[in-house]
Parts: sequence; structure tokens; C-alpha cells
Amino acid sequence: MSSPALLEVRGLKKHFPVRGGFFARVQDWVKAVDGVSFDVYPGETLALVGESGCGKTTAARCVLRLIEPSAGEVLFEGRNLAQLDSAGMRELRRDMQIIFQDPYSSLNPRMSIGNMIGEPLRVHGVTGNGELERRVSELLEIVGLSAAYQRRYPHEFSGGQRQRIGIARALAMNPKFVVCDEAVSALDVSIQAQIINLLNDLQAQFNLAYLFIAHDLNVVRHIADRVAVMYLGRIVEVAPVEELFNAPRHPYTQALIAANPVPDPDVAQEGQPLQGDVPSPLRPPSGCHFHPRCPQAMDKCKEKYPDTTAMSETHSVSCLLYES
Amino acid sequence: MAETQILDEDELALRQPPESPLREFWHIFRRDRLAMAGLIVLVLLLFAAFAAKALTEWTVVFDPATVRLVDKFKPPMSAASTLLPAEDLPRGGIYLLGTDELGRDVFARMLQGSFVSLSIGFVAVGISIFIGILLGGLAGYYGNLRIFRLMTVDTLIMRFTDVMLCFPTFFLILTVVALLPPSIYNIMIVIGLTSWMGTARFVRAEFLALREQDFVVAAQAMGLPERRIIFVHMVPNAIAPVLVSATIGVATAILTESALSFLGFGVQPPFATWGNILSDGKGYIFDAPWLFFIPGMAILVVVLAFNLVGEGMREALNPKLRRRT
Ligand SMILES: Nc1ncnc2c1ncn2[C@@H]1O[C@H](COP(=O)(O)OP(=O)(O)O)[C@@H](O)[C@H]1O
Ligand code: SF4
Ligand SMILES: [Mg+2]
Repeated sequence: MSSPALLEVRGLKKHFPVRGGFFARVQDWVKAVDGVSFDVYPGETLALVGESGCGKTTAARCVLRLIEPSAGEVLFEGRNLAQLDSAGMRELRRDMQIIFQDPYSSLNPRMSIGNMIGEPLRVHGVTGNGELERRVSELLEIVGLSAAYQRRYPHEFSGGQRQRIGIARALAMNPKFVVCDEAVSALDVSIQAQIINLLNDLQAQFNLAYLFIAHDLNVVRHIADRVAVMYLGRIVEVAPVEELFNAPRHPYTQALIAANPVPDPDVAQEGQPLQGDVPSPLRPPSGCHFHPRCPQAMDKCKEKYPDTTAMSETHSVSCLLYES
Repeated sequence: MAETQILDEDELALRQPPESPLREFWHIFRRDRLAMAGLIVLVLLLFAAFAAKALTEWTVVFDPATVRLVDKFKPPMSAASTLLPAEDLPRGGIYLLGTDELGRDVFARMLQGSFVSLSIGFVAVGISIFIGILLGGLAGYYGNLRIFRLMTVDTLIMRFTDVMLCFPTFFLILTVVALLPPSIYNIMIVIGLTSWMGTARFVRAEFLALREQDFVVAAQAMGLPERRIIFVHMVPNAIAPVLVSATIGVATAILTESALSFLGFGVQPPFATWGNILSDGKGYIFDAPWLFFIPGMAILVVVLAFNLVGEGMREALNPKLRRRT
């Protein structure tokens, strides 16, 4: 990737305080995101994959500054989000949008579809009044819905349609970067494929960059350019999508792929399915967080968290097996 | 656009005729006979109250203030005495609901009282809802903000609410009313200031839940002003249960006013309220039972009606009975 990154995330951390006792003193910290770095380039899809609770949503919300990170930097087109004032941040929000998992809670039940999609345009004063309705119709048609739905309310739509409405709302401001937080995880398989196709089409049409979050590797295969695998608040492996599926390096990635057999017998299956539960981010295991579940764990894995090793220019992994 | 056509599942949802949330609410509410009966009573009462304002003050058709000593303690439906001067005669020459110990027309006084009772109910509840939404909203939305490093805004507001809940409200009101001149406005304000705690708790709980909802996060991600997020996206979604408790709150306020008037701390004569009609009548229970029976029944029916309507609304808003919205 030669073009400059659209989004650079450096050493992002988010620790949630656990309060208790008299006066609700801080008793402990949940290290939901614990030092995450990645780049997203214009027009590409970076998938962020990991089991539920590993900190994907938290990381994405820190990137969008919907929650304040505890440490680390987020740069969007070279601008550090932490250094923007509220007017600058509001300006930047036009370029970054989010699509959610639950198509039921993501739309305000008391707002008509037209008002909802038109709202950011109206509030940011982007379009004049006469043009607003035209633009909303256009957005509805872009996501494959009839422009006649403008006056309807969210509860009249099915899950897949609601997801399209959420996408139309996210596209209203012509963003450059969209976070899809498990955007298809709650949908039936057939609808899932439709929405992924829609997202792919929109990406080609508007040169969107996606941070595509999923807990299931298979979903990611048809949309991602690169995949970052996350475990307990850290990224353990990043690789281009085909390389990740064909030659996974980290034992955790191998286990994830083994757990989701690809319907292709020619693909060699390395690793074994995962054993045990995800440990709590409140008290992550010492050393490599994965060692209690790792089939290839060594003694030193209990002591030292592995550094990131570059396997190639585009493939990096954090595992002591590859550290020299 | 390559493949963005819509499959069966999607079309199904739209084939049913659209039903707005309000319509659906009405659909469920209408099935509840008791609530509907309550609603009819309330609509009639509302008409009566406004008619009362017009007919007892603006153009005096029914005069609640005229004293006719020759016509004391006339039972309901009795004719007026022929000794009365023409301008003192009641409308039609009969006392629909009888007269009291000063010969005043009870029907006219009840009409006047209906307006007073209702306006006390509505204004007091208006005040209590305003305070409740404000404090509950602050606690729910800005709850994590810490002040003086000791406690959060949430803790402060909710502990204050608990303190207010610990007071026996009625005695608090009695104390305040004993110190202040007992005007109708003071009573409205005092009832309002002592009955917002339930609303505050409700609204806080709703806001805490709403703040986590994706559509609120989406609004934040779109860079909408906080004002708009709170008033356009959160308040309308938190208001339904508040309306339910407000409906029941009106009944409580009417009851409180009646009790105050009954004890002599309420609205002062010559203004008639149901409470002071009842209070005046209590000395003549055996001689003129209608004097306490009529206002007593009126209070009972209206309080019951408000409660039934409130319960009906609560049922109709119950998400288990509705399709997912
Ligand atoms: N507001 C919060 N306060 C405390 N802990 C939180 C909060 N949000 C998330 N967490 C914790 O952080 C961890 C990561 O959560 P999340 O980012 O939602 O994971 P994912 O999206 O990967 O499923 C979980 O253990 C969760 O319990
Ligand atoms: S560092 Fe050790 S425990 Fe961690 S993944 Fe590699 S081999 Fe397994
Ligand atoms: Mg999540």
C-alpha cells in the first residue's frame, strides 16, 4: 500500500474502571483494549475479527471518539483526533460513520425513515430544504429501498430492510470511512449475503473504507482486503485475507479457521478447534494472553508477551513461535 | 447496482398495512373495557370542567355563590322556594343536586369545584413531571460526571430523590401549607414539588437504557448537538411510561387537594372545591347526606377513572403485548 493511510491507530488503549465499595472507588480495571495499532487505507476493507468480548466494539468506538481512549493516538487523514476542538471534531464526523449490529436498536422507533436519513443533512446544513427530500430518495434507492418509504416508521420494516436504512443514514454525509460493527451478524444467512453485496457495491461506487467487525471469520472472507485478528484486547495477527486463510501463522487464527471449516476440502486445515473459554479481560493471563488455550504453548509463553514479528511486508504476527 | 433486490422476508413486513405506534397503542387500549370506561368519564369531566369555567364565571348560568337562607338543606331535585327574588332563583327553578347549609346550589358548586380540582391535578402533575424529567434526565445522561471527586451527579441526584421519598409527603405538604397562605397556586406548587420522585426514577432508568441504544450512539457519531440527542432522540422514547405515571399522578393530586381542603388547609371559601364541599357537608351527615355523598362519589369516580386509564395505558405500552418496535 503506497498511498497514505486514511486512518492510523497507534497504541490504542481503553481501560474501564471497575468501581465498588464506599464512594464508588476504582477497584480494578477492565483492559478492554490494550494497545492496538492498525492502519486503514482509502477504499479498502480491514476486518477486525475475534471472539465476543475481545474488545472490537470498544476499539471501534474509541476510533470514532464515541468514547474517550485511555491512551494511544488516532489520526484521520493525518489529523490527531485528540487535538481537535469540538467544532473540528463535528466537522470530521461527516467523514466517519458507523453501522450497527442490532437492526432493531439502531433506528429511533419514533422517527420516520425520511427524517432519520435527512437528519444529519439538515443539522449540518448540507442541503437546502428543497433538495433534502430528493437526496433522501436518492439515498434510499442507493441502498435498494423504494423512495416511497420515507414516511414510514422503523417497526414496519424487516431486519434486512432496517439494516439498509441504517446504511443509508450512514452514507448521507458522504463519509470516507465507515465502521461496520457486526453489521451482518444478526441477520439470516441469505440476507447476510445481500447486505455484504450491497456493502461491496457501495464501496466500489463511493470509494469507502470499511473497518468491518465480525466474530466469525467466514463472514469476512467475502468483503475484507486485510484481516486483523484480535484476542483479549490486542491484535495478534494481521494479513491479507487470502494469505490469512491459506497460511495462518498465529495458533489462535489457526484455531479460529479450524473452528469454521471452509467448504473446500483442498484447503489444508492447520490447528485444532479452540478449547476452553475466553479469559476475563479483568485478569488476563500472564505473558501471551492466549497461552492457557494454546496447543503450542511453551514455557516462555507464560512470562513474556510476544512482540510483533513481520512475516512479510503485509503479514505480521505476535507469537513467540516466530520471534527470533 | 448489482444485486440489491429485496427478498421475500423483506417484502412481507411491508405487505401488512402500516400501523403507526400510536395506532397500535390505541388498538390495545381499546380492548380494555375498564380503561375505556375511565376514559369516557375523564372526557366528560374535561367537558364539565370547561363548561363550569364558562357557566359559573364568564356568563353566570349556574351561580355557586348566591346564599339563599330560605332554601337551606334542600334535597336534590327539589324546587326553589317561591319567596326568592327572581335574580336568586336557580336555573329552571330546581336544585339539581340540592343546596347546602347556606342555601347555595350544590350543582353549581360541584361544577366550579371540578375545574379547580382538575386544574390543581394537571398543574401539580405538570410541575412534578418537569422536575422529574429534568432531574432524572440529568442523572441518566450526565450520571458519570463526578463532582468534587466524591460522588457522581447520578449519586447526588438519586440520593436527594431518596431523601425526598423518605418524607411522609402529606405531612410535608401540611407543614408547608400551614406556613404559607393557602391559595390555590400554593397548593398546586406544593403538591408538584413533593411528587416528582417517581418520575425522576423512571426517567433516569429510561435514559440509562436509552444511552446504550445504538440509535443514540448513531446520533452521537453523526455529530448531532447534545441538545438534539436528548430532546429529539431520548425524551420522546422515555416519555411513554412517564405519561402513565402522570395520569395516576393527577388522581393522587386531586385526592391530596381534597384531603387538604377537607382538613381546612386547602383552597379557601368562597371558592368551591370538592374537598371543601365535602368538608362543609361533614357536619350534616344525617340531615343532608347528599352534601358529603355527592362530592365523595365524584372524587371516588374521578380518581378511579384516572387510575383505570393509567393502568390501561401501561398495559398498552407493555412491549410483551406489542410487536417489536
Ligand atoms: N462501558 C463499559 N464498562 C465496563 N466494561 C466494559 C464497557 N464496555 C465494554 N466493556 C468490557 O470490555 C470488554 C470488551 O467489550 P466489547 O468491546 O464490547 O467486545 P466485542 O465487541 O469484541 O464483543 C468486555 O469484557 C466488556 O465487558
Ligand atoms: S506466544 Fe506461545 S502461547 Fe502465545 S500463541 Fe504463540 S505459542 Fe501460543
Ligand atoms: Mg461488539
